[in-house]
Amino acid sequence: MLQLAWLIPLIPILGSIVCGLYGLKLGKDKVAKIACGGPILSFLLTLIVLLGFLLLPEGVHVWEQVLFNWIPVADFVVQWGYQIDPLSLVMMLVVSGVGSVIHVYAVGYMYEEYSFYRFFCYFNLFLGAMLILVMGNNFLLMFIGWEGVGCCSYFLIGYYYDKKSACDAGTKAFVVNRVGDFAFILGVLFIFNQFGSIDYTTVFSAAPTTLVYGSETATLICIFLFIGATGKSAQIPLYTWLPDAMEGPTPVSALIHAATMVTAGVYMVARCNVLFALSPLSMNIVAFVGGGTAVFAATIGMAQNDIKRVLAYSTVSQIGYMFLACGVGAYTAAIFHLITHAFFKACLFLGSGSVIHGMHHEQDMRKYGGLKDHFPITHITFLVSTLAIAGIFPLSGFFSKDEILFHALMDGNIILWGMGATGAFLTAFYMFRLVFMTFYGEAKYDLSFHPHEPSKIMTTPLVILAGLAFFGGLLGIPIIHGWHVLHDWLEPVFHVDSQTIIDYSTQHMIAAGHHVPTFEALTHEPSHNVPLEISLMGVSLLIAIGGITAAYFFYIKFPKLPDTVMGGQWGLELVKNKYEVDEHIDEYIVQPTVEGSFYLWKGDAKVVDGAVNGAAAVINWFSKLARPYQSGFVRNYALFMVVGFLAILIMVY
Amino acid sequence: MVELEYYLILSGILFSIGVLGVLVRRNAIVVFMCVEIMLNAVNISLIAFDRYNNQHDGQVFSFMVMCVAAAEVSVGLAIVISMYRNKPTINLDEFNLMKW
Repeated sequence: MLQLAWLIPLIPILGSIVCGLYGLKLGKDKVAKIACGGPILSFLLTLIVLLGFLLLPEGVHVWEQVLFNWIPVADFVVQWGYQIDPLSLVMMLVVSGVGSVIHVYAVGYMYEEYSFYRFFCYFNLFLGAMLILVMGNNFLLMFIGWEGVGCCSYFLIGYYYDKKSACDAGTKAFVVNRVGDFAFILGVLFIFNQFGSIDYTTVFSAAPTTLVYGSETATLICIFLFIGATGKSAQIPLYTWLPDAMEGPTPVSALIHAATMVTAGVYMVARCNVLFALSPLSMNIVAFVGGGTAVFAATIGMAQNDIKRVLAYSTVSQIGYMFLACGVGAYTAAIFHLITHAFFKACLFLGSGSVIHGMHHEQDMRKYGGLKDHFPITHITFLVSTLAIAGIFPLSGFFSKDEILFHALMDGNIILWGMGATGAFLTAFYMFRLVFMTFYGEAKYDLSFHPHEPSKIMTTPLVILAGLAFFGGLLGIPIIHGWHVLHDWLEPVFHVDSQTIIDYSTQHMIAAGHHVPTFEALTHEPSHNVPLEISLMGVSLLIAIGGITAAYFFYIKFPKLPDTVMGGQWGLELVKNKYEVDEHIDEYIVQPTVEGSFYLWKGDAKVVDGAVNGAAAVINWFSKLARPYQSGFVRNYALFMVVGFLAILIMVY
Repeated sequence: MVELEYYLILSGILFSIGVLGVLVRRNAIVVFMCVEIMLNAVNISLIAFDRYNNQHDGQVFSFMVMCVAAAEVSVGLAIVISMYRNKPTINLDEFNLMKW
């Protein structure tokens, strides 16, 4: 059954080719069937592979399928192979499962579009690339998937290519991602330099006895990989592309810019946990960047009025949580939050999509209000997901966020916990601000038209995702030891052989005459302080309820309050303008680059073009000399031939 | 028996006559005839060497030359006719369109 794994990424790619080449001829209904059939088939195959994996003998946690040797260069061989292990299986299930649901939704959402087939061509291609990313058994294959999803993201952000803002947003996403990708490939090259291989199994098993704990090399590798992750996962400082990416169609925002692609960075850091374990400094950087982003993006999200932009900043903030968890070594919590986030954020985006769809593409929340009677299903599913993201018991977001906060306090420090808790409060606040402004209060839209709930093909995915957002938390109920399914499942991947690291590094440091550190980050035992965990749960629940109450007072009870309290304050303006980060980047990075490019262009025109034009001028001059000899008289040519023959004869004799 | 040199001298003289004719004459038909003379001069030397070396390759090859000559003449005369249709003359000095 495991042998079927190679089909999983291939099916959506084939679907993409068929949709792209024959989509116009096939018509929308056939395209819809092909485009949705591929991901669903992939999901079923993933389930079969999961079953096959469960049937593997005890103690076997990795299964590799090598299709062919992709790049064989002397001793260095890059395989095209898929690695099936607990982590990649979890990712495959999320990607193909949530992906299938969103594909079905997209059929309804995009049905009126002329370029229906083009959309699904890109969408299927994205799914294939994402599956390659999570299934690959080496860093280069991950990079292929990494670039593939980036490329599809670019295509889909710029889907409405006749809209200038959409094209600009696509370009921005592409260029900002390029910065991260550059660092990522540098990290991979460093790994190759140190290990002579880029296969996961080789690198991760050799890492404890190759890199010294806390050495510059280990830190450099981790930091480069993490910069790559910040690009794709929209963390400080490379987060600016994600809010603009909302120019794409809403299903794209749900699948690519919320549920799957942007979590690729988290997957990568989790995958490289052995390397990060060797570098406590980079772990701290990951944790603080993640925590900082969680708070920073949440504050911006409070003051946005575009419904999709609020969700975009929310995504940035939630991915910050995942990195915070990675940074304190709680990889299970990070992956857990990744899964639950995929459920509720996909549901939120699709819900916003159906509101936008029903409101004739109006995205400004100030023009909504009181929509709950017009969108009954959307309203309920949206509310469930919002409660989940705010962290209300017993929905999925409560368990995953609480686990991150717990680990931030126990394995990290009080500052990280404070960041997480602040972020949680802000999340509850801005999410309920969104809900209250959209579904409650008095109607602020033009009463002459009637908002309408979309058809069943769009509401069914909402219900499925809301159900997952509700029950997803059961994967990892904390406290009760042995009940944390996800933790036990992922344990083989996140198990670090700390004794080997300590032995090797101690030996190495003594030989080099360095001071031997205490290895505090490695020997730190995960604590199971049940009373503390329960009281922390209570605290985070209180925080969430506090945020919701604040939103209730601001936007339902006293709708005038925001203006009277915050009106004219400098802080509000700053937050509304997104801290003017885009403007500063434009001023200090983009404009100098443009000016520099201008001079380079001038140089190019003079030097490079000059050389080419000069060569052409020389030829021109020479042909002017040779031109009279082509007289057009056949007898002249014959004469030249005879003279030539005679010359050769004379030379030979 | 006639010596090889005589054949070769005859062949050389005929070839030179042909070359001179191609170079100095203006009538396209005459130029063609001169080309034929050159080809036949070569044929004579081929046959002479064939006989001298007691092989038969030369004879075969001279047949080849004759076939090519026949084909060339038919194509050439067709070209001359179409030239004449374009301009009522076959004076080669009048034809110099094929230049830059």
